[in-house]
Amino acid sequence: MSDRNRTRRLASLLAVGTLAVGLTACGGDDGGGGGGGSSAPSPGVTDTEVTFGTHQPLTGPAAAGYAVISPATKAYFDYVNEKGGIHGRKLVYKIKDDGYNPANTQKVVRELVLQDKVFAVLNGLGTPTHTGVLDFLKSNRVPDLFVASGSRSWNQPDKYPTTFGYHPDYTVESKIAANHIKAEMPGKKVCALGQDDDFGADALRGLEAVLGKDGLTERQRYVTTNTNLAPQIGKMKAAGCEVVHLATIPGFTALALGTAARIQFQPQWISTSVGADYRAVAETLGKKGEPLLEGFLATNYLPIVDDTSNPWVKFFKDEVQAKYNAGKPFDGQTLYGMSIGYIIAETLQKNGKELTRESIVETLQKGGLKGAGFVPMNYSKDNHSGYSGARVNVVKGGKQEYFGPTFTTDDGDGPVEEYTGEENTPPTDGVPTR
Amino acid sequence: MDRFLFLTVDGLARGAVFAAFALALVLIWRGTRIVNFAQGAMAAATTYLGYSVTAASDSYWLGLVAAVFGGLVLGAIVERGLMRFVDVRSPLNAVIVALGLVLVIHSILGIVYGSRYRAMQVPFSRESIEIGGTALLSPYDLFVFGTVLLVMVGLALVFTRTDIGLRMRAAAFAPDMSRLLGVNVGRMLTLSWALAAAVGALAAMLVVPTEFGAHPHSTDLVFVYAFTAAVVGGLDSPAGAVVGGLVVGLVLSYVSGYADGDLSAVAILVLLIGVLLLRPNGLFASTTARQV
Amino acid sequence: MAYLRTHTLPRHLLLAVLAALLLLLLTYLLPPYRNYQLATAGAYVCATAGLTVLVGLTGQLSLGHGALMATGAYAYALVSDKLVDGGTTGIPLLVVSLVAAILATMVVGFVLGLAGARLHGPYLAGLTLTLVIVVPAITTTFAGTLGGDQGLSVTVDPPPVGLGAAFPFERWQAWITLTAAILTVFVLANVVHGRPGRQMRAIRDDEVAARLSGIDVARTKVGAFVLSAATAGLGGGLLAVLTQSVAPGAFSLTFSLFLLMAVVIGGLGSLAGAVWGAILIVVLPDLADSLAEAMPVSSNLAERLDGNLAIGVFGLIVIGVMLAVPGGIQGLLVALVRRLRGRRPAASGPADVGPAGPAAPGPGVDADRPDASGPSGPEPAADPARPRTPSSGSPSTTTE
Repeated sequence: MSDRNRTRRLASLLAVGTLAVGLTACGGDDGGGGGGGSSAPSPGVTDTEVTFGTHQPLTGPAAAGYAVISPATKAYFDYVNEKGGIHGRKLVYKIKDDGYNPANTQKVVRELVLQDKVFAVLNGLGTPTHTGVLDFLKSNRVPDLFVASGSRSWNQPDKYPTTFGYHPDYTVESKIAANHIKAEMPGKKVCALGQDDDFGADALRGLEAVLGKDGLTERQRYVTTNTNLAPQIGKMKAAGCEVVHLATIPGFTALALGTAARIQFQPQWISTSVGADYRAVAETLGKKGEPLLEGFLATNYLPIVDDTSNPWVKFFKDEVQAKYNAGKPFDGQTLYGMSIGYIIAETLQKNGKELTRESIVETLQKGGLKGAGFVPMNYSKDNHSGYSGARVNVVKGGKQEYFGPTFTTDDGDGPVEEYTGEENTPPTDGVPTR
Repeated sequence: MDRFLFLTVDGLARGAVFAAFALALVLIWRGTRIVNFAQGAMAAATTYLGYSVTAASDSYWLGLVAAVFGGLVLGAIVERGLMRFVDVRSPLNAVIVALGLVLVIHSILGIVYGSRYRAMQVPFSRESIEIGGTALLSPYDLFVFGTVLLVMVGLALVFTRTDIGLRMRAAAFAPDMSRLLGVNVGRMLTLSWALAAAVGALAAMLVVPTEFGAHPHSTDLVFVYAFTAAVVGGLDSPAGAVVGGLVVGLVLSYVSGYADGDLSAVAILVLLIGVLLLRPNGLFASTTARQV
Repeated sequence: MAYLRTHTLPRHLLLAVLAALLLLLLTYLLPPYRNYQLATAGAYVCATAGLTVLVGLTGQLSLGHGALMATGAYAYALVSDKLVDGGTTGIPLLVVSLVAAILATMVVGFVLGLAGARLHGPYLAGLTLTLVIVVPAITTTFAGTLGGDQGLSVTVDPPPVGLGAAFPFERWQAWITLTAAILTVFVLANVVHGRPGRQMRAIRDDEVAARLSGIDVARTKVGAFVLSAATAGLGGGLLAVLTQSVAPGAFSLTFSLFLLMAVVIGGLGSLAGAVWGAILIVVLPDLADSLAEAMPVSSNLAERLDGNLAIGVFGLIVIGVMLAVPGGIQGLLVALVRRLRGRRPAASGPADVGPAGPAAPGPGVDADRPDASGPSGPEPAADPARPRTPSSGSPSTTTE
C-alpha cells in the first residue's frame, strides 16, 4: 500500500514536472520572432515583412460561407507580394480558427498578439467573438482593423481607439433599404426578420429611424441554433406582410425563402448585404429553389461578382483568383476577402515607409481611403466606422445587378442622401500606389 | 384551428424522421446494450455520400440508394472494426469510443468536403397543398411519412416473420443460448449495426435536404432529438421510439408555433424530465427495471 | 515519511504547497501567452477534476458538464456586474462572484443529481445531453438578462497595484485559476480518499451490495453530483474571468464532449488524470496545427486541415486509449514509474491491476485508489486474460 502511494505520488510529481519542462520548452520559441530588421519600430514589422493576424470560423457550423474569406485576403496578399509588396514589405497573414466560439477567439487572439507577435489584427470575424477581445487588443495597443461585422461596437474611438470597422453599420444599410421601401413601395405592410443579436437589433433601429416606430407591422427574430423558421414566417404571413426586411446570414436567408414558399407566402424580400450573396443563398436553396430569388432586393457597398464588366470584379477574378486562389468558387465572400486585402494595402501605402502601430491608426484617422467600395469611407478622429452608404440591387435572371442611386447616411437620425461622387477603380497593376 | 392543424401536420412530419432515427438507436441498444452516439455523425457521412452520388448522376434516387447502402456498409465496418473490440462491461466505454468516432468522422468530413453547406435536392415539391383553405401537407411530407412507415413495417416484418430476424433477436437477448443453438451471434450483431446505420442514413436523407443541406454537423440536433425520443419511449421498445419521435416532433412544433421558437429546446428538456420522473426507463419500459 | 503515509490530510497539504510553489515559479518563467494557456488549463482542471470524480467514482455519466460550466459563468457575469455597479473591485469582486458561481451551479447540480439518482446510464446521459442544447435556448429566451447569442461581457480588474504596474495580466490570470485549481484538487483528493469516496466506489461497483452494507445510495449519488457541479461552476466562473465574456457559443455540445473525453484520456477516476486531460485540451490544438503546418500539402488542403486535424487527432487518441490503455495517461505513468522502480506488477493486488492491466474497463480504473480496505465490490478487472469481445458473455451484455 505504501509503495503504491509513493508510486502514485511520484507519477503526479512527474506530471507537474513534465508540464513545467514542456511549457518552458514551448516558451523558448518566443524569442525568435521579429528579429529580421534592424529598425523594427513595432512588433510584427521588419524592413521586409509586416505580419497580420485574424480569427475566423474555419470549422463548426458557422464556418459555412465564411471560411473562404481569409484565404481570399491571403490570395490578394500573395498577388501584392509577387509585385514586391508595399514599401518593400511583404504582407504575411496568420489565420487562426476560432470556430465562432468566443472562448477560442480569446485564445487565438492572444496567441496572435503575444506569441506570433502580429503587427495588427485584421478582419476578425463575428460580433460575439470579436466583442470579447476588444479590451485585450486595446490594453496591448494592437491595431484592430476592419472588423468583419457591421456592429456599431467597432465605432467607439473614445473607448477603443485602435478598433476600426469596415462594413457600413447595419443601421446604415437598413436605413437605405427602408428609404427604398418608403419611396418605391408606399403603403405596403413592412415587416422585419432579424438575427437575435446586435445584427438584428441595429437593423431594426435603422428601419424604425426611416419608417417610424409604428412603421413595421411585424417584427420577428431567430436564433442560429434553431433551423425551424416556420413559426416566424407563419406569423408574418398571418399578419399580411407585403415587404419583409431580412437581417439574416446567408443560410437563414435561404431558409426564410424556402419556408415562405412552402406556405405560399410571397412578399417582396429586401436584405442586408450580409445575407444576400446570390451564390451562397442559391447554393443553400438548391437548383429548384433558385427561382425563389427572382426579384430579391438587397443593399450592398461592394461591386457584385455578376457584374463582369466592373473593373474590380475583372481584376479580382482574372488576376487574383485565377492565379492565387485557383480551384475555388468566386463568390461575394471571396470578393469581400480580397477587398479587405486591398484596403489594408492601400492603408499601408498611404502610411508610408515608417510603419508603427501608432502611425497606422493616424493614417486611418486622416481619412481619404477608398478601397473597392463605391461610397466614401467614414474614417476620421471621431468616427471609426467603415463605408458610409450602400446601393440597392435586384436579382434578375439569376444575376444580381445594381439600380437606382447610391445613398449615404449615418447611424443616427440623419437623412438618407444621394451620393454622386465618382466610383473608385483599381490601379493599373492592382497594387495601390497612392 | 387552421394553425393547429398546420402545426400538427408539420410536427408529425418532423417527428416521423426523429422516430426513424430513434428506431435505429433502439435497434443497436437492444442488440448490444450500446447507445450509438456516433449515429448522427455516421448519418452525416452517408448524407455526403448521397449528395456526391446525386451530384455526379443528377439522380435523387441513386443518391438515396447510395446513402442507405453506404449506411449498411458503414454500420458493419464500425461494428466489426471498432465496437467489437470495446469492453462493454462498463456502458461508459462504448459511449466514449462512439464519441471519439464522432470527432474522427467530423474531422474527415471537414477535410474532404470543407465547411460549406451543400444544398440537396428533394424529389417532390415542398409546397403545401391547400385542403379546405388551409395549407397542410406537402407532397414531400407525404413522401417522408410513406418512407418512414415502409421502414417500420419492413423492420417489424423482418424481426417477427423471418428466420434471420428471429436469430437477430435471439442473439440480442440470449447470446449464450443462441450460440449453443448454432446462431452466429457475432454476425447477427454486425447485421444489427448495419441495419440500424442504414435506417439512420435514410432518416438523415429525409431531413437534411429540408434544412441547410449536407454539412459535418447537419445531423447533430437530429441526433439529440432522436435520442430524446428514444429515451422518452424507452430504449428497449421500438414502438416507444416511434411514439417518442412523434411526441418530440409535435412538442417542437407546438412550442415554436404558439410560444417562442427559442423555447422549443427547453420544452424538450421539460418533456424528458417529466417522463423520466414518472417512468425512469421511458414510457414503454417493461415492468421490470433493467440494471445497466 | 511514515507520518505522511498514514495521514492523508497533511500529505495532501504538503503536495498542494509543493505544486503551488512549482506553478508559481512556472508563471515567472513563462511568456504571457503560455501563462494564458496555463491559466486556461487551470480553469479546465476545476471542471475535469469534478467530472472524473462523478463519472469515475460513482459511474454516473454526465454529458452536460459544459452546461454546468455555463451556469457558473453566467452566474459570475451577473453577480460581478451587480457588484461592479455597487462599487466593489479587486479581489473581493473576484471571490464573491466565484462563490456565487459555485452556489448557483450547486443548485442546478442538486436538481440534476436528484434525477441522476433515479436514472440509469443512458437515460441520465440523455438528460444531461439535452441540458447542453438548452443553454443557447435559455440565453436567447432571457436575452434581456443573459444577452442572447452574443452573451455578456465581464469586467475583470487589473492585477492589484501592489504587484507593480508592469505585472503581466496573463500571469495574474494564471494565479487566479491555478489557486482555484489547486484548492479544487486538494478538496476533491480528501473527499475521494475519505469515507465519501469509498462509498461512491462501492455504489459504482455494486449498488445492491452498497445498499446492504448501509450506504445511503441516493444521498451519496446526489452528493457526488452537487460536488461535481460545484467544481464545474467554479471552472465556468474562471472561464468568464479568462475570456472576459460569457456566450452560449463557448459551451457547445462539442465542448461538453471534449471535457468528458479529456477525463477519459487522462485516466478516468484519477485526479492527476483530470489534470492531464485539461492540459491536453489546451495544447492539442496547437500541436495539431503545427503538425498541419509541417505537412507538405497544397494550400487548399492545408486550409481544410486547419482545425479539423486537431479534432480528428483528439478522436483517434480517445479511441486508442479506450481500446489499448483504459487507464489513460495517468495509468501509463503509474505503470512506467513502477517499472522504473523495478517492481513487476503483482498479479494478486486488485488495485495494481487496475490502471496498468490491459483488460481494465473504464470505471474500474482508479489510479488514485489509496487502499483496498473500503467496502469494495467484486473487482471487475481481476482477470487480465479475459477477452474483451462483447460476445464473451460478460455480465452487462446478458442482462435479459
